[in-house]
Amino acid sequence: MLDRIASFGRLGLDIVASLGRSGRFLIGVLGGVPRPVTGFPLLIKQIYAVGVLSLAIVVVSGLFIGMVLGLQGYTILSDYGSESAIGQMIALTLVRELGPVVTALLFAGRAGSALTAEIGLMKATEQLSSMEMMGVDPLRRVIAPRLWAGFIAMPVLAVIFSVVGIWGGMLVGVEWLGVFEGSFWGNMQSSVDFLDDVMNGFIKSVVFGFVCAWIAVFQGYDCVPTSAGISSATTKTVVYSSLAVLGLDFVLTAVMFGDF
Amino acid sequence: MAQRTLEIIVGLFMVAGLAALLFLALQVSGLSPKAAESTYTLYANFNDTGGLTPRGKVSMAGVTVGSIESISLDRETFQARVEMSIHSEVDNIPADSSAVIRTSGLLGEQYIDISIGGDMESLQAGDTFYSTQSAMNLERLISNFASGK
Amino acid sequence: MGSNAYISLKDVVFSRSGRRIFDGITLDIPRGKITAIMGPSGTGKTTLLRLIGGQLRPDSGSVQVDGHEVPRLKRKALYTLREKMGMLFQSGALFTDLSVFENVAFPLRVHTKLPDDMIHDIVLMKLEAVGLRGARHLMPSELSGGMTRRVALARSIALDPELIMYDEPFAGQDPIAMGVLVKLIRDLNSSMGLTSVLVSHDVPESLSICHYACIIADGKVIGEGTPEELKAHPSDQVQQFLQGQPDGPVPFHYPADEAGRDFGLGGKA
Repeated sequence: MLDRIASFGRLGLDIVASLGRSGRFLIGVLGGVPRPVTGFPLLIKQIYAVGVLSLAIVVVSGLFIGMVLGLQGYTILSDYGSESAIGQMIALTLVRELGPVVTALLFAGRAGSALTAEIGLMKATEQLSSMEMMGVDPLRRVIAPRLWAGFIAMPVLAVIFSVVGIWGGMLVGVEWLGVFEGSFWGNMQSSVDFLDDVMNGFIKSVVFGFVCAWIAVFQGYDCVPTSAGISSATTKTVVYSSLAVLGLDFVLTAVMFGDF
Repeated sequence: MAQRTLEIIVGLFMVAGLAALLFLALQVSGLSPKAAESTYTLYANFNDTGGLTPRGKVSMAGVTVGSIESISLDRETFQARVEMSIHSEVDNIPADSSAVIRTSGLLGEQYIDISIGGDMESLQAGDTFYSTQSAMNLERLISNFASGK
Repeated sequence: MGSNAYISLKDVVFSRSGRRIFDGITLDIPRGKITAIMGPSGTGKTTLLRLIGGQLRPDSGSVQVDGHEVPRLKRKALYTLREKMGMLFQSGALFTDLSVFENVAFPLRVHTKLPDDMIHDIVLMKLEAVGLRGARHLMPSELSGGMTRRVALARSIALDPELIMYDEPFAGQDPIAMGVLVKLIRDLNSSMGLTSVLVSHDVPESLSICHYACIIADGKVIGEGTPEELKAHPSDQVQQFLQGQPDGPVPFHYPADEAGRDFGLGGKA
C-alpha cells in the first residue's frame, strides 16, 4: 500500500519535473529567435516540411468533413423546414470548432510526430551533441526554426481547412441537395461575425499550433536516444498534443463564447 | 530542392492562407470593406428584456440599422437599460418612436425593432426611447390565457 | 608537466543516476601531443570527453582547458571555447540532411563570414586531407562507416581547432579503414600541431600512435605514462587490460549472488 502511494508520488514528481524541463527548454528556444539572415532559410525549409507537406491531408479531410456536415445538417434541419440555415451551421461549426481542432489533431499526427522522430533521431545519432561541440546551439539551430514553423503553419492550415470545408458543404448542400444558394450564403453572412467567430477560431488555431509544435520538439529533444525511446516519444507527442488540444479547446471556448 | 523553389512554394502556401482568411472575412462573415462604420448611441429601458443578448440586431422595417452594445440593470428603477449603437446615416429616427423587442420566427433569436413615430424632431446621440415594449413572454402569455385573465 | 598541459583535470568526481562514474580523476593532457585514454567499456571514457567539452558538469573538481575553467564558463564563453575544439563522434554524427560538402562547410558557414568561393576552397582542402575530395556530392547515407568518420574528421578540423577529441575512432572499422584513420590522426597531429585526445579500447592501435597514454578503470586513473612505461607497468590491472586477459583483477563475472543460490541449489531451500 505504502509502495503504491510512493509510486504515485514519484509519478507526480516526474510529471512536474518534465513540465519544468519543458518550460526551461521553451525559454532556451525562444531566447534564440532565429537570426534574420542565417535563420530565415532554415525557417522556410521547416515551414515547407511542416506546413506545405501537411496541406494534402488537411485539404482532403476538410473537404470530407464539410460534405458530411452538409449531409447531416440537411437531414436534421429539413425536419424543421429550415434547410436554408445549413450554410450558417456549416460555417459556424467549421470556423469556431472543427477548423482549429481537427487541423490541430491532423497536424499533431502528421507533422508533430515527424518532428519528434526527426529530432529524436538527431539526438540518437549524436548530431545534436556534435552541433553543440561545434559551438552551435542546437536549440537555436534545430529546435527554434521547427517551433516557429509549427506556430506559423498551423493557423494557415486551419484557415484553409475551414474554407475547403465550407466549400465542401456548399457542394453537398447547394449543388446536390438543392438548397438555394442565395440563402446559403446570406444566412451564413448574417450569423457569422468576423471578430467573434473567425478571429476567435484563428486565435484558437494559433494557440494549438504553438502547443503542438512545443510538445513535438520537446518530446524529440527530451527523448531517450534509443529506438524504443524515440518510438515512445513519438507516441507521447500524438497523445499529449491531442489531449492538450481538446482540453485547451474547452478552456478557450469557455473564455471566448462562454459568457452568453 | 533549391532554396529558391522552396521559398516560392512556402510563399504560395502563405498566400493561400491569407486568401482563405480573406474568404472567411468577406464571403463567410459578410464583412464589408466599409465595416468601420460610424455609429451613435441610443438607450431604451425595458421591464423585461427576455432573451435579448448583446450583439443582437436593431432593425427598422426589417432592415438592420444597428446592434445592441450592452444590457444592464438600472439600480433605481429596476428596469433593464439597453445600449444600442445605430448607424450614423440613420439620423432621423422620430423622437416618439418606440423600441419593441421581437422574436424572429417562433423560436428564433430576439431583436429590437424600432416602430416609427410621427414627431418632426429626431432622436440625438445619447437619447433614450420614450416608449418601449418588453419581450413577449410566451410562458406568461399562456398562463394568463389559461387562468382567464 | 605543469604549464605544458593543455587540459588538466583535478579530482574530478562525476556521477550519473546515482552511479559514481569518476571518483577523483586527476589527469594532465600535454599540448601538441596525442594522448590516448584507454579503459574497459563502460568506464565513462566518452563521459570524460563530454566533461572536457562542457556538455556535462562534474559534481566537484576542476576541468581546465587552455586555462579556462570549463564548468564555470557562461554559455556564451563556452560556445566560443568550443570553436577551438573539434570532436569526432563514435558514429560520425554527420547531418543526414546535408551532403558531404555541406557537412564540412557547416561550421564555416555558422562561425565565419567568409565568402562562398573561399568556403568552397577550404572545404575541398579539408576533404583532400582525408582523401575524400571526390565524394563531396554524396549524401551521408551513401558513405561507408570508415568514410563517414573521415568526413566527420574533415568537418571537425574545418575551423582549424587547437584541440581535437576522438571518441572511439577505431571501433567497428575494417583493418584498412583503421589504418587510414591511424595515419590521418598522426598526420593531422604533426602537420597542424593539434592537441589530440584519443579515447579508445583498441590497445595496439592507440599505443602505436600516442605519445602519452592513461588507463582508466573503476572511476580512477590506474596507470599513465608513455606507451613504453605502460608496457612495463607493475600493476596487474594495467597488464590485464593491455594484454586482454579474460580474468584477473577485473573479474570475468559481473558481481552476483553465489551461483548455487541463483540456480536453486543448496542454500536455505
